[in-house]
Amino acid sequence: MLALMVNNRRYELDIEPETPLLWALRDEIGLTGTKFGCGIAQCGACTVHVDGVATRSCQLPVAEAAGKKITTIEGLAGDTLHAVQQAWIAEDVPQCGYCQSGQVMAAAALLAANPKPTDADIDAEITNICRCGTYPRIRAAIHRAAAMASR
Amino acid sequence: MTKHLRDVPTSGIENLSRRYVLKGVAAAGGLVLAVRLLGISRTSADDASKFGAAGMPHGTVNDPRAFVSIAADGTVTIVCHRSEMGQGVRTGMPLILADELEADWSRVKVAQAPGDEVRFGNQDTDGSRSTRHFMKPMRQCGAAARMMLEAAAAKRWGVDVAEVEAKNHQVVHKTSGRALGYGDLAVEAGAMPVPASDKLRLKDPAQFRYIGKGGIDIIDGFDITTGRAKYGQDVRLPGQKYAVIARPPVLGGKVVSFDASQTMKVAGVAKVVQIAEPKIPSAFLPSGGVAVVADNTWAAIEGRKALKIEWDHGPHGAYESKSYRGALETTARQPGNVLRSEGDLDAGLAGAAKKIEAEYYIPHLAHATMEPPSATVRIRDGKVEAWTSVQSPQAAHDLLAKTLGVAPENVTVNVMLLGGGFGRKSKPDFAVEAGLVSKALDGAPVKVVWTREDDIHNGFYHTVSVERLEGGLDKDGKPVAWRHNSVAPTIMSIFAPDPKHEVPFEAGMGLVDMPFDVKNLRIENGAAEAHTKIGWFRSVSNVSHAFAIQSFAGELAAAAGQDQKEFILDLIGPARIVDAKNTTKDFWDYGENPDVYPIDTGRLRKVVELVTEKAGWGRKLPPGHGLGLAVHRSFVTYVAAVVEAAVDDKGNVTVPRVDIAIDCGPTVNPDRVRSQMEGAAIMGLSLAMKSEISFKDGKVLQSNFDDYEVLRINEAPGETHVHIAPHGYDVLPGGVGEPGVPPIAPALLNAIFVATGKRIRTLPLGDQLLKA
Repeated sequence: MLALMVNNRRYELDIEPETPLLWALRDEIGLTGTKFGCGIAQCGACTVHVDGVATRSCQLPVAEAAGKKITTIEGLAGDTLHAVQQAWIAEDVPQCGYCQSGQVMAAAALLAANPKPTDADIDAEITNICRCGTYPRIRAAIHRAAAMASR
Repeated sequence: MTKHLRDVPTSGIENLSRRYVLKGVAAAGGLVLAVRLLGISRTSADDASKFGAAGMPHGTVNDPRAFVSIAADGTVTIVCHRSEMGQGVRTGMPLILADELEADWSRVKVAQAPGDEVRFGNQDTDGSRSTRHFMKPMRQCGAAARMMLEAAAAKRWGVDVAEVEAKNHQVVHKTSGRALGYGDLAVEAGAMPVPASDKLRLKDPAQFRYIGKGGIDIIDGFDITTGRAKYGQDVRLPGQKYAVIARPPVLGGKVVSFDASQTMKVAGVAKVVQIAEPKIPSAFLPSGGVAVVADNTWAAIEGRKALKIEWDHGPHGAYESKSYRGALETTARQPGNVLRSEGDLDAGLAGAAKKIEAEYYIPHLAHATMEPPSATVRIRDGKVEAWTSVQSPQAAHDLLAKTLGVAPENVTVNVMLLGGGFGRKSKPDFAVEAGLVSKALDGAPVKVVWTREDDIHNGFYHTVSVERLEGGLDKDGKPVAWRHNSVAPTIMSIFAPDPKHEVPFEAGMGLVDMPFDVKNLRIENGAAEAHTKIGWFRSVSNVSHAFAIQSFAGELAAAAGQDQKEFILDLIGPARIVDAKNTTKDFWDYGENPDVYPIDTGRLRKVVELVTEKAGWGRKLPPGHGLGLAVHRSFVTYVAAVVEAAVDDKGNVTVPRVDIAIDCGPTVNPDRVRSQMEGAAIMGLSLAMKSEISFKDGKVLQSNFDDYEVLRINEAPGETHVHIAPHGYDVLPGGVGEPGVPPIAPALLNAIFVATGKRIRTLPLGDQLLKA
């Protein structure tokens, strides 16, 4: 048995310890908001926060995640949506939407570390792939979220 | 904006299965206009023709009972029967109906139709057809339902129906001001006869509340940004198993033998199932192979790694991209089948003051949808139920019934959100795989998961092509001769034994319908053999044809010493209708009636003028920068792009700005037109700069996003500006999902030429400009 703290809830899982966190979240716990895109930490669709740090869950063995505070897209909002989620809706960012959980989690972590990112900061830190090509709106939404948070 | 999570139901995508509807009727009590299978009328768009929607299987349905229900509380539920893959169709289609219904959009819910074309009309969501084919039937559905509500109110009040008017979710008695909400009228309205098509009062477009207005967010935006939206990969059924499949790596390959003893030792692996290989050509059937079934996806992936399989690679085991390119080039230099010929090409070339020739190469491409293909199937009591992300649920339905030997009425295909489609998910091979594995497990629910490697290795790829062009200019630099020989394996190769030529739905994508005003021209198509599965990729053959034709136009402009814009306007010639249907038998016109959707060079000219004006054509640029232009008609829509390229001292290329002008006729949701153009620019730049699928020993050499590269945010254009040509209803709607892609690559390469003097003729750009 292995215990995980996800979105402030404790889960006990009977799972092989080397299983990536991604599959523990999706297949065992049933939190499917965290997406599978590549399995090799290239695309970022599986991004979650581990102790507040944006982490690609497809490459993190579940045993290493035990004892840490894991936040997925389902747990990002409090009573109201996170500023990044609000900005995402305001800019109508998503097209197919599949990569957007990871994009939102990556953006939230970026803003937590750097409340006023420049375009160059965004280029350096947001490396998630969007095949639909929503990058212009992702950029705009990150700036919008930064402005909202500073208000 | 401050919507509370607890106020929002945890639906993702709702499926309108038959069971759901009946349950919904019973539960809500007041649901009316609910789906009834009897009495659905069928229209064929403009009747009696084989064009447009009427030319598609199952045509259109304009019966409101198939698409609308109204609950006692006034909530209007509208069925979307087309698949959502990011184009915004789950917002756009219902929005059309809601507008004609005079519904308040904030009180509208969207339900997703299962695959059932008899009930809903054609559901094959590709070809940029949804708005084009369903704007009219959706308007008719909305108008019919509105008139039924009006009739019900008039009856209740005992007044003439002419005295009442439906407006913003209620029916008003004009003289007395009495009003009844749609929820109040729902039951009675459901008992009213559905008005005949010729009795429908459609709105004057000037009265539209939503259509073409903008400011409409996508219906799934909240669910997507909170992780609630459900895609094919997200399906979870009680007792579900997970499967990954080792497929033959070469087209037509077979399993000779396999050893699963190590696989069965992997914790969580439950079973190994062999899937028979199909006969080639195999159309949409899966490739066969060995499926590993496990308790979770990871165990299945680990189990597959432990499989030992001996393959017979079959007749395509020698496919190799470099030598294949050489063969295509050799063919392109010989005469091909003549598809269109005007004037006297040979005389035109012989008499030209200047002769230019160029060969362009574009490799295979993979769709690489962010959601790799996935399907879940359960078989209970002889009934097959699938949950999957497919562009054509009816095709998935039919193929499941056929391969599993089940009567069609015992198969249900529930459509999940698609995490990208781009043509890949037009092919339901993965749904059939899930059906076959479930059957082998006595019907237990099984989700087949494709990994990214599976997606890259086992796709239906964009064709590979060599496009050879020859042109002649007279002494004033005016084009007097144009020869194009296109050589590319055809999509028909997945359906028929060994076809070697482009068919009208390929040649008609920008090749034979080339609109330029050149007196002597010949358009040819050389033979090419397919050695892998070829499939539709967003904008299909337009990608290759536009890349070559628009690059060559740039080369001719340079040879003539003229500005690209002036040159291309001269090449297009005066505003006119190009008589393509009488000059080539391959003028497909995207299945539309060429008299209704002709090639209108006036519209081509206008998008060139619009985009160049907005992009500041001729503006002063920093050193190393250049502007490139391209214009292309596809999916009966006109798109022009100006790309600004910046090339640094080391040869690195960036794109500071892209401008796109689109004339797609009237729009439904302008913001989604804009987002499709923004995305098309990124996809066009990805294929122009980075992406390539190549083969060796019959196998794909790339595996994942580390070697099949697409653009990331740091490589995206600094600015993207979309300019929608304003239109009334003097023309019909055109396509939007695909036509943004074709002009991007040639506009970039024309810009690079201006910036550097170097002409790139091989895609992708890769490191061709990098200095050692």
